[in-house]
Amino acid sequence: MRNSLFKLLTPFLAIIAALFVSALLIMATGHDPLKIYQKMFSMTFGSAYGTGQIIFRTTSLILAGLAVAIPFKLKLFNIGGEGQVLAGAFVAATVGFLLPPQTPPFVAIATCSLSAMIAGSAVALLAGWLKVRFGINEVISTIMLNFIVQAFVGYMLTWHLAVPSTVHTPEIIQSAQIPMFGSIIGIWDKSPANFSTLIALAACLGAWAMIFKTTTGYEMRAAGLQPEAAQYGGINANAHILRAMAAGGAMAGLASTNFVLGYKHFYEAGLTSGIGFIGIAVALLAYAHPLWLVASALLFGFLEYGGLTVNAYVPKDIFMMVQAVTILMVLVLTKAMQRV
Amino acid sequence: MNTAAVSLSEVSRKFGEFWANREISLEIRSGSIHAIVGENGAGKSTLTRMIYGLLPPTSGSISVRGQLVRFTSPRQAIAAGIGMVHQHFMLIPDLTVTENIILGDERGSLFTPLKKKEAARKIQSIAETHGLDIDHDAVISDLSVGEEQRVEILKLLYREANILILDEPTAVLTPSETSQLFTTLTSLRNEGKTVILITHKLDEVLSISDTVSVMRRGRVIATKPTATVTKSDLARLMVGRNILLRVENPPENPGKTVLKVVHTGFTDRKGRKKLNDLSFAVRAGEIYGIAGVEGNGQSELLSILWGMVEPGCLVSGSITMNDHPLKNMNPAEIAATGVSHIPEDRLRHAVIKDFPVSENMIFGRHREKRFLRLAGFNAKAVRAYTNSMIDRYDIRCGTESDPPLSGLSGGNQQKTVLAREIERPGLRLLILAQPTRGVDIGAIEMIHKKIIETRDKGIAILLISAELDEIISLSSRIGCIYKGSIRHEFSTVEIRRGRTCEQDFEKEIGMFIT
Repeated sequence: MRNSLFKLLTPFLAIIAALFVSALLIMATGHDPLKIYQKMFSMTFGSAYGTGQIIFRTTSLILAGLAVAIPFKLKLFNIGGEGQVLAGAFVAATVGFLLPPQTPPFVAIATCSLSAMIAGSAVALLAGWLKVRFGINEVISTIMLNFIVQAFVGYMLTWHLAVPSTVHTPEIIQSAQIPMFGSIIGIWDKSPANFSTLIALAACLGAWAMIFKTTTGYEMRAAGLQPEAAQYGGINANAHILRAMAAGGAMAGLASTNFVLGYKHFYEAGLTSGIGFIGIAVALLAYAHPLWLVASALLFGFLEYGGLTVNAYVPKDIFMMVQAVTILMVLVLTKAMQRV
Repeated sequence: MNTAAVSLSEVSRKFGEFWANREISLEIRSGSIHAIVGENGAGKSTLTRMIYGLLPPTSGSISVRGQLVRFTSPRQAIAAGIGMVHQHFMLIPDLTVTENIILGDERGSLFTPLKKKEAARKIQSIAETHGLDIDHDAVISDLSVGEEQRVEILKLLYREANILILDEPTAVLTPSETSQLFTTLTSLRNEGKTVILITHKLDEVLSISDTVSVMRRGRVIATKPTATVTKSDLARLMVGRNILLRVENPPENPGKTVLKVVHTGFTDRKGRKKLNDLSFAVRAGEIYGIAGVEGNGQSELLSILWGMVEPGCLVSGSITMNDHPLKNMNPAEIAATGVSHIPEDRLRHAVIKDFPVSENMIFGRHREKRFLRLAGFNAKAVRAYTNSMIDRYDIRCGTESDPPLSGLSGGNQQKTVLAREIERPGLRLLILAQPTRGVDIGAIEMIHKKIIETRDKGIAILLISAELDEIISLSSRIGCIYKGSIRHEFSTVEIRRGRTCEQDFEKEIGMFIT
């Protein structure tokens, strides 16, 4: 009882501790932290545009977080979200401009997102296969795959697909574009927030139901907690490793709906950079729980955009530190609790 | 000067709201063998951990040879002359006996050469004095479990420990190794050292200790000179009620052969032969007991029977179950033919500790249609099934409605596994490995009853156990396994006769397994 209460409080304590550290850093730059926080708040949740920006970032982070959280149930550490998101975004953009312009919207969106999911999935699955077949640690293989995907996409963009004298692909067809919240229901106007947020939330619900309500999820959790026991119980742990990596990669690929289909409508160099790594933090802070993940993604979305809004006064790097300090605090507090 | 070696006064230890030890006052006489018995969770290990400085007491005081002490780490306890042999040995497999013994006590500084020869001489002389027969140049990984234990004891003696704590030292020993250990312990006592023996085997307590303390629910219920108590006195004190030490075993009625193991061999990855021309058969409605010291091929046999042979190992011979060859089947397929298996290390292999009782009650049987609905489980059916099992097998879950399995006592965890495996639909063969290891006396009684009941339903049972009294009281036939083959088989008639004079029968079996 006391344990679960403490577990619930840990993220909040961590956030408070991190804000305290950032306050010290802000003071060191010669500013009043309270004033900066106030400014930050009014320019984010205080305005429709700011809120929209946060929603946009949160959406990507939810999916990047799921990419880590689902394999984590099997004690697999998928560090490859970065490469998987990138693969998805690049494939979605490419398919998006190759489709015939008269494709009906539903079909176009489905085709683009599905191919993005398959692309992300394929990258993650490769790491899963290396683990199952040769016992290669997934941390190493997913990191290496990040480099491979980055280099490959960079090459394809510069040499084959970029619109001349730019660093982006041609625009995707009209019907593959996911509408913005601003243009349809008039909220969070002019911000990049778009309807793919609903896709991300549905993905969270789906992942939650899969993990906690299905027999597959039951087997998966068992294999993650005690692989040997799972084997005795007749559970094929290897199949679950592949399944979890594939599902995680698909979630990462799905983040392209937010970046490409909903916002930019093309792929440009660096569009998704960093998102996969923050996704790790998002998943860790939420203990890899698909529903808590929404709150965790919201926090990181806020810190990310909030940092930008006050960049004129204090370097936004401070808020990157806050993100990292939060995660470290969660880890420290969790370990400290085990010792009590 | 006959002061107490260790004396505890009103010592208590609390974990959260739970009193693991409560107001324990105890005097352990210098130069005696003092046994501490009690069921699992009675607080024996908490007590020894406090004496050894691994846990500070919540309240109360401990003195060693009249000196009030307050250890904050085992290092201080060792300095005060206390040593402990843990249940799991703390040896480095790649080093030699001498190197392991002097480890942490090298008596030199960074660049001075190790005085290994001198140490070896000292070890040799200690070993000879106390009958601790050991080759001091041998590498640990080549030693038997009994030899490893001798190294652990030598380690303490080398450090001149006067008070030795041994935690369940005979759990892993053969009968002859056990008697060798007891000779050593007696010799140590005669030299004036104090031995604290933690155990749950009452026969051992009676045969070796001078004084015995019984613990129950965190308290010391009684401390008595061993000469004044009987086995059933101790059992009653431990459990708090009269219990049956020997389950009733009516005559069996065997049917046709269910499991047939023929000329089976097993060679592990390093090319070591673990099973050698092993043959036996188990008939429906009988219990075939395999008696043997651990490490004589039992684990390998179990891995074959459950389809879990590690890659790289070679299996020969043939195994059939109801005329189906068991070759190349995985655990799920084997289970589907009507086989249940309760592995020896159930906490690691048979349950998911963090899952609630209900999810464990269907673990491995979670593909049965009755528990499913759409892509998930039928929560109501699972719940109802769990409740009926909890009732029928008397599983005590405490106040919470569906607590994680780790919150249950060892006996109740085993009952959960037993319920799940015995109630498997279409069960024809039940494989039991060490079914009562780490289980309280009270729960053992109930588990043994259920095993006999299952046998009488016409199910074939293979029982593998290191506890000879368990093998004797349950089995219809006994196969003695030694170095991977059945060396001798006792018939039903011989066993029935053996039960009337159990100690002689145990000795007789002992001859075939060592």
